[in-house]
Amino acid sequence: MTRYALRRVGLSIIVVGGVMVLTFLISHVIPADPAVNWAGPHASASQIARARVILGLNRPIWSQILHYFSGILSGNWGISIRTHRSVLSDLMQAVPASLELVGAAIVIAVVVGIPLGLVSARYAVKFPDHVVRLFAVIGVSMPAFWLALILQLVFSRDLHWFPTAGEYNPVLAYAHPIPHITGIPLIDGLLRWDWPLVTSSFQHLVLPACVVASYPVGVVTRMVRAKVLEASEETHSQMIRSLGFTERALLGRFALRLAWSPVVQVLALVFAYSLANTFLVEAVFDWPGLGNYAAQSIETLDVPAIAGVTLFVAIVYVILNLLVDLAQALFDPRVLIS
Amino acid sequence: MSASVIAPLEVASSSRLRRTLLWMRHNPMLSAGVITVGALVLIAVFAPLLAPFPGDASVATHPFSVLQAPTWLHPFGTDEVGRDILSRVMYGARISPLIAVAVLLIATVVGVPLGLVAGYFGGVLDDVIMRVTDIFLAVPALLLALALSSVLTPTIGSTIAAISVTWWPWYARLVRGEAASIRGRRYIESCRALGIPRWRILWRHVLPNATTPVLVQMSLDFGTVILTASALSFLGLGVQDPSPDWGLMVSEGQAYFLTNWWLVTFPGLAILITALAFNILGDGLRDRLDPRHRMFQ
Repeated sequence: MTRYALRRVGLSIIVVGGVMVLTFLISHVIPADPAVNWAGPHASASQIARARVILGLNRPIWSQILHYFSGILSGNWGISIRTHRSVLSDLMQAVPASLELVGAAIVIAVVVGIPLGLVSARYAVKFPDHVVRLFAVIGVSMPAFWLALILQLVFSRDLHWFPTAGEYNPVLAYAHPIPHITGIPLIDGLLRWDWPLVTSSFQHLVLPACVVASYPVGVVTRMVRAKVLEASEETHSQMIRSLGFTERALLGRFALRLAWSPVVQVLALVFAYSLANTFLVEAVFDWPGLGNYAAQSIETLDVPAIAGVTLFVAIVYVILNLLVDLAQALFDPRVLIS
Repeated sequence: MSASVIAPLEVASSSRLRRTLLWMRHNPMLSAGVITVGALVLIAVFAPLLAPFPGDASVATHPFSVLQAPTWLHPFGTDEVGRDILSRVMYGARISPLIAVAVLLIATVVGVPLGLVAGYFGGVLDDVIMRVTDIFLAVPALLLALALSSVLTPTIGSTIAAISVTWWPWYARLVRGEAASIRGRRYIESCRALGIPRWRILWRHVLPNATTPVLVQMSLDFGTVILTASALSFLGLGVQDPSPDWGLMVSEGQAYFLTNWWLVTFPGLAILITALAFNILGDGLRDRLDPRHRMFQ
């Protein structure tokens, strides 16, 4: 187990190092002249030359890479061209909001996807199965940015059920200070029993969370259906049937247990995908998270910020994958053999 | 005389038709997917003939027909410079599907040889290639494509390049697995014993085993590449105005969408339907060609 864990940690470090090389290429090598971009559109020649020195572009490339690496490791992720602040502190400020959004989407995916997958497996190749499968494939085929706009048209413009922008109603801040414990207003409100804040942030969360959830719901539904059906074909399932358990109990109690491990694994993958998907959704809902930060950085060609977000999401993804693998090895020692 | 010649032919064709109809009744989703993909191909090829306003897809502006709601003349309405949205959506069928074809071709041309070499030869080469794919796969495809295209000049070529860079590792992985499992088989050993050169064994005996999974993966990826490409153009990083790209049309319509719903609705619907049709087709193809997945997925 220790050897396996060390090996996995070592591989993860190599992967993160490789991603750092990628983000270095994106921020330092591919752009035609980052110094011009940094100095701004009306910069003089001397200003551009000064920017070149500040950015280290006058040094040889290996020295630039070393400088970049040591900067990342010591928490200096560069300065955003747009906000003129440290990219890392900008990112940290945006993390809680994205975590709230993607976390809510994953909760929706589990709560909706697992029952749907079970229904689909129970009525395999019958009408309910066809309906659920169509629903799931629509979920994974949905352009998130478009769904965001359509939901705003229907539920905000026409029905007035949900607001269109922000994490909570900003008017609340005039009545009393917004508690800031985790940075996630829904949870902070719950911790302080601040009901107006809780209801307001819940109303603001519903639409963007549903949009981000569309892909995860589809993936989880298909995964549960496939794994549960696979398990129900095995010999031990015949045994359970012969003991007199109903098909419903077989799928829900025995087969579902076997589906958990692949579902958790795919959830880690989907988490990273959804973080990237928020780039398209947060801007539409004016949600103050990583996605909005990235979208604005892209609009202003703020290359250090774009590279920073990319590296950050990749690190989150690598760590999640590592944790899932280690947990799996811990609970299912068969993993260690292969 | 002639009747006796024609009769069996008629029977044959009518029974084929009946078989097809029967198959369609048993696979309603898959047949809908096949028909939609066929229709999309036709629309893309014959867009200049089918579009009600042929010259309007990209350039022409019509100050008197700006932002009109859907009517019989303009079934999908008109945009902020008076162009017919139905015509633009039809011409759009030539853009993102073509990007997807190009991306998947590049991904296979790069990924398949690397995967073959890694899986067949193993050793250090395998380790190096697989670690490189690990690095690329650690960044969500959409994110890496966004980051790359934000530092490239936005053209259709750079969109294709940015997405291809994120896509080839999947194919290298897939083919590597197949090649590694075939490497030890008896018939490969006998090829080697016969003195057949290594590249020829790879090309003639290992590669054919990997073609089915690669084809299935390509059809499954088609919809995802279209979604990625339209996401890029939605963020302004893909093809540029006045190109009638669906993602770009949604992005441009966003400025007016609360008062003019048709601007974003129809181009976005086109993206959804295209991705959906290809995903259904890919699932069907996998069920048909890959017996392990039959019935389960």
